[in-house]
Order: sequence, then structure tokens, then C-alpha cells
Amino acid sequence: MSTATIPAHTPVDHAKRRQAVLIIIAGTFLVAVAQMLIKSGANRLGHADMVATAIGILTIPPLFAGYCLYAVFAAMMIYALRHGELSVLFPLISLGFVWVAILSVLILHEAMSPLKGVGIAIIVAGVATLGRGGSH
Amino acid sequence: MTTPVSSMALVLGGSVIGSIGAVFLKSGALLVTRSLSSIVLNWKLAAGVVTYLISSVLFVKGMAHGELSVLFPMVSLSYICSLFWSRLFFNETITSAKVCGIGLILVGIVCLGLGSA
Repeated sequence: MSTATIPAHTPVDHAKRRQAVLIIIAGTFLVAVAQMLIKSGANRLGHADMVATAIGILTIPPLFAGYCLYAVFAAMMIYALRHGELSVLFPLISLGFVWVAILSVLILHEAMSPLKGVGIAIIVAGVATLGRGGSH
Repeated sequence: MTTPVSSMALVLGGSVIGSIGAVFLKSGALLVTRSLSSIVLNWKLAAGVVTYLISSVLFVKGMAHGELSVLFPMVSLSYICSLFWSRLFFNETITSAKVCGIGLILVGIVCLGLGSA
């Protein structure tokens, strides 16, 4: 679709780009754990306004732990974004959905439906397509 | 259980804001050097983190009510936005592989959401 070349002032380091992809993939696992913590904590928030939500993040342990993990992920993302393309790395965050689905089955003992398996496979295929497409 | 329109608006809004946060994070990340001040005094990084926090609060509020099978796929809007922001601000190319990848991810998330219902 596109034949535009990368500007001369941004030399492409393929090893660093691959490293950036792997960092984000590891980071999405942390995000999945964070999302499960935040979801369980969000139920305790109820109909809180913005201020009560902010206080809740600091005082409800699962919410606090979830956001701490998000901070770790932010640091990983900043490092990865230095070397990789935003349009490749940002959609990779969707792997978090795959981790959440797997963790839900393993930890919360949710049922593993065929449709879930198909969804996981398609997301992984999409992530693989993105990862390869970004380097060419 | 139905999903309120307000929850959808929160998740869609959080997606767009989150993708803008990623733009700030990337432009801030490019300015980071070995000195501490390049991180602490980096307003773009700060803006990125704050924007990301705002989008997270919107997600928490949005996901608190409604079906995740409906709300999860809406997060894909942020990936589509990031494709256009990357082209606009970082001169990244929109390749068919990126479009196909995001398309597959969107379909996969829908399947995952339906399978979880």
C-alpha cells in the first residue's frame, strides 16, 4: 500500500525494533494482571464521582496495585517507543485481552468456549501480522 | 443485562484520549537521554502519563456498568486512531500489514467478547 521511505534522520535498527515488540508483549501480561485487579476493585467503587474514584484508586488495594502495574508498564512502553513504531506497538496492547482470557480460565475457572479460542487465535494472528508488517 | 450508552461513550472517549496519550509518550520518549532531568522535566512524558491516567479512569467508569463483550471491542478504536496519529506526527507508513493486523485484532476481540458472554 505504501512505498514511502523512512526519513534519513531515523535510522532503523531491526534488533531494537524486535526488542521493543518483545517488551510490549511482556508488558501486556502485566496489563492483564492490572486489569483483573482494577476490575475487581471497580466493583467496590459503585457510583463514585471523579474525586471519589481518584481516592478509591489510592485506598482500595486491588485498584492501587493495578495502577502500580500500569506504572511499570508505562516505563516499559516509554523505553519501547524510543525504538519502535507507534502504529505497530500500540495495537500490540490488544494482547492484554488474550492474557485476560487465559488468566480468567486458569484463575477464575471461567469456561473455555470454542469461540473464545477462535478469538484468541485471531488476535494472535493479528499481532503477528502487525509485528512482521512493521519491519518492512 | 444491557450496556448503557453512557458506558459506551466513556469507553470510546477513553480510547481516543488513550491513543493521544500514546502520541505524547512517544514524542516524550524520543527526548529521554541519560540525564534525570530529561525524564523529570519532560512535559511531553508528563502529558502522556496524565492523558493515559484520564483514559484509564474513563475505562474504569465505563467498564463498571454494562457488558464487557460490547465494551471490549470498542477499545479497538484506539488502535485505529494510533494508525492515523503515527502517520500524522511520526511519518510512519500505513501499510496493508498494519491495516490487516488491526482488522484481525478487531475481529478477534469481537469473537472473544461473544465467547465470554
